[in-house]
Amino acid sequence: MSSIDTAALLRPQALPEARYANLLPLRVRGLELSCGGTPILTGLNLDLSPHGCTAIMGPNGAGKSLLLKVLHGLLTPTAGEVCWGSQPPAAVTARQALVFQKPVLLRRSVAANIDFVLKARGKPRQARDALLDRVGLLHKARAPARRLSGGEAQRLALARALATDPEVLFLDEATASLDPSSVQVIETIVQDACARGIRVICVTHDSGQARRIADDVVFLHGGRVAEHSPADRFFSAPQSPAARAYLDGRLVL
Amino acid sequence: MQGIGEAVSLAIQLVITGNADLFEIVALSLRVSLSATFFACLIGLPLGALVAISRFPGRGAVLVLMNALMGLPPVVVGLLVYLHLSRSGPLGFLGLLYTPSAMIIAQTILIAPIVAALSRQVLEDLHGEYAEQFRSLCLTRGQTVSALLWDARYSLLTVSLAGFGRAVAEVGAVIIVGGNIDHLTRVMTTAIALETSKGDLALALALGLVLLVIALGVNAAVQSLRMSARRHAYV
Repeated sequence: MSSIDTAALLRPQALPEARYANLLPLRVRGLELSCGGTPILTGLNLDLSPHGCTAIMGPNGAGKSLLLKVLHGLLTPTAGEVCWGSQPPAAVTARQALVFQKPVLLRRSVAANIDFVLKARGKPRQARDALLDRVGLLHKARAPARRLSGGEAQRLALARALATDPEVLFLDEATASLDPSSVQVIETIVQDACARGIRVICVTHDSGQARRIADDVVFLHGGRVAEHSPADRFFSAPQSPAARAYLDGRLVL
Repeated sequence: MQGIGEAVSLAIQLVITGNADLFEIVALSLRVSLSATFFACLIGLPLGALVAISRFPGRGAVLVLMNALMGLPPVVVGLLVYLHLSRSGPLGFLGLLYTPSAMIIAQTILIAPIVAALSRQVLEDLHGEYAEQFRSLCLTRGQTVSALLWDARYSLLTVSLAGFGRAVAEVGAVIIVGGNIDHLTRVMTTAIALETSKGDLALALALGLVLLVIALGVNAAVQSLRMSARRHAYV
């Protein structure tokens, strides 16, 4: 059963104007994606407004991370249409940033990891210290990035993503396996990014996190969007049986 | 002909007293092989990196060729370079035959495939780890290659060391294009071959000892650099 309240999602919200209106809204129609001949996403439709933070939830294997990679232009769908404004994902990848579940850090110092991105994007190196300060890693600027703890590494990955000055920020289970304080720090940074007009789309299994940071929730099941509702409605009165089962902690097949 | 004990004793004496002939040969050997290693890295590292990150039709054949070229016979390389640099050859006008430059060219050709093939393997493994992140960052091919080369720098040191080891130890190519001319193109390996054939085992053994010490020293230096890098989590 599909219950997508698009009208509610596109209603004006008490959020600042998106800085980059030309990239949004996102429109996905009939998206299909197969991996090794196995269909993962089947006829997925989705509309995202230009504002706020969207959480993508669903059971393991629902295709959440793959959907994120399709939206970011890292994977080419088997069929269907994905449009950021009027452009395909591959044309706007450079205007977006993705934080992976397992941060991939360069074999360099913390500062050099940020410098690398700033240089690649032709941005002044002076921005580095402010970014490191924002994620609480300025005191570790000279430390080898691969010596950081899990939480620190993910904060560095987030700082590196923000160094690209993205219009859209994707988070693929960025806080999975982190301790509560690290989760809180990352959530604060994400909320801050969102408040500054960066469109945030995150994959998470953490219902508490989705409640805290998401404005709307996209629930994937069976390769489709089973439900897309404002976050408060999704958690208080989920419409689809699959979402209800998922939130009740029952096995969703 | 000397006995082995006498030859070893004489060899140690030659090294300790700083025999001028011996050190001239060692210095030329190092100059030729280090230059060849430098040029081979200049060619082989970017080539290895490009093949590591590229996907194109016939890539499998290129990999087979690169790996096969690692086993190039030095005498064949020497002969090919000789044919090109001899008076009647296409590059004869350069007048490089029987000069250290010809030896550097021959050794570069010999070890560039080693550097390219080994660095390709190292960089392909690293790229497997970085690829998705780099695509997300929309890096250009040049930015990707330079980032991979920098991040794999300690592993690539070992690769270049393998190239240097091959260069400094080979005799077939340098003897053909260098001619083993005293005070001009005589290097450790060609001198060892010559002195052994003359029965002067002391100088041959002394050169052999120096060769071993150089090999051990360079290996130890690189190993210590790698360990230090590992301690700092840069490997």
